[in-house]
Amino acid sequence: MIVFQTLLVLVMITAAVFAARARDLMNAVIACAMVSLMASIIFYFLQAPDVAMAEAAIGAGLTTAIFIFAINRTVRHEKDEKAD
Amino acid sequence: MSLLADYIHYVGCFALVLIGLYVVLVKSNLVKVIIGISLIDTGVNLFLVATGYLRSGTAPIFSSAAAQPGMMVDPVPQALVLTAIVIGVSVLALALSLAVRLYGEYGTLDLRKIKELKW
Amino acid sequence: MRKLISLVVLLAVAAGLALSLHRGPFGAEGAKAEAGLDSDKVNFGRYYVHEGVKETGATNIVSSVVLGYRGFDTLGEVAVLFIAATGLAAVLHLAGPSRGKRDAEPASLVVFTGCRFLFPLLLLFGTYVFVHGHLTPGGGFQGGAMIASAFLLIYLGCRGRALNEKGLRVTESLSGLAFVAVGLAGLAVGGAFLLNFLPTGSPYSLFSAGIIPIVYVAVGLKVGCELGGIIDRLAGGAG
Repeated sequence: MIVFQTLLVLVMITAAVFAARARDLMNAVIACAMVSLMASIIFYFLQAPDVAMAEAAIGAGLTTAIFIFAINRTVRHEKDEKAD
Repeated sequence: MSLLADYIHYVGCFALVLIGLYVVLVKSNLVKVIIGISLIDTGVNLFLVATGYLRSGTAPIFSSAAAQPGMMVDPVPQALVLTAIVIGVSVLALALSLAVRLYGEYGTLDLRKIKELKW
Repeated sequence: MRKLISLVVLLAVAAGLALSLHRGPFGAEGAKAEAGLDSDKVNFGRYYVHEGVKETGATNIVSSVVLGYRGFDTLGEVAVLFIAATGLAAVLHLAGPSRGKRDAEPASLVVFTGCRFLFPLLLLFGTYVFVHGHLTPGGGFQGGAMIASAFLLIYLGCRGRALNEKGLRVTESLSGLAFVAVGLAGLAVGGAFLLNFLPTGSPYSLFSAGIIPIVYVAVGLKVGCELGGIIDRLAGGAG
């Protein structure tokens, strides 16, 4: 059981690193939804079913939809940044 | 193995918070910064629920079969995190509406080019 | 330069966190708390778990904490959600009509039929979740989010149909008023705002726990309509 939770935490951290480094904003938003989904499963293993339901419905569903509508009205790609 | 069991949840929460903080500090696209804020929110909510956990605890709900209040996990952090998740999504929606408006005014979402905002 | 300073700050924060959390490993309080050895912590959680069913009548202890012992915080949270939705409406109203970059092609027949089939089922399931919030895991916020997901399905798959904006606004305002009215009724009857003045009934039955189911219905409808209104405005509704 603890091995499974460790695996979930590692997948969550990998998705977060991918969200930080993606240049295409759609990819970053999908990775953010993956982080919310892994967090929802970890909430269930921490014996919190109410919080797991709320995180799954709001974090992995509505937040992604709001981001995609906003990206549709603004830019899609992050420009290359130069260190200053 | 016991070292893993003791600290892996805290390491996960704070790795999320630190990655989100890195995105907020370094990236220059406004929507990317808002994604970083969302990552910090998720990490902090995970930490709050993890502090209420007891070893071999059960969920704080009385079903008719098992009605043992002895080993239930703490319900107060769960109630607070429920509120925090909804407030997080409402702050995100407001921030994204401001980003859409900024894009309409300036034509770009690069924070270095929007003149009023400097680091 | 900016990246270097940020990395140094993050390393300092990480070192501080590691040093402070080293003393308190995860989940270690189980055996000590039950034995009563943890006497330096104020154990609200333990009190709520042992006395919650007797005092509020709800078998879901998280619901009795959210609406019974900490009902005022929930009222504040509903107010914050309302302010955010109003702010979003005001900002996007001034931005003019939507000029989406890519006009979506109309949904295919499979998506259209699926969305039309799922919409009433999702509404029913969301209503079930918030009506039974005091008995099973769930409650107003979860049910409201499911109702908002049902509204989202209309924008995704229903070929140009939109929500009834005025109906959403009226429902949301009336639900918010209902929450405050129940609180004021508690003030009139017993002298405390949001007092649980209805009979608590027998546990495990639907009509129990005093005002908690009523307030959950109001909160569920309000959160669902509010998030649905946010989706509608971001997707380019005029209004």
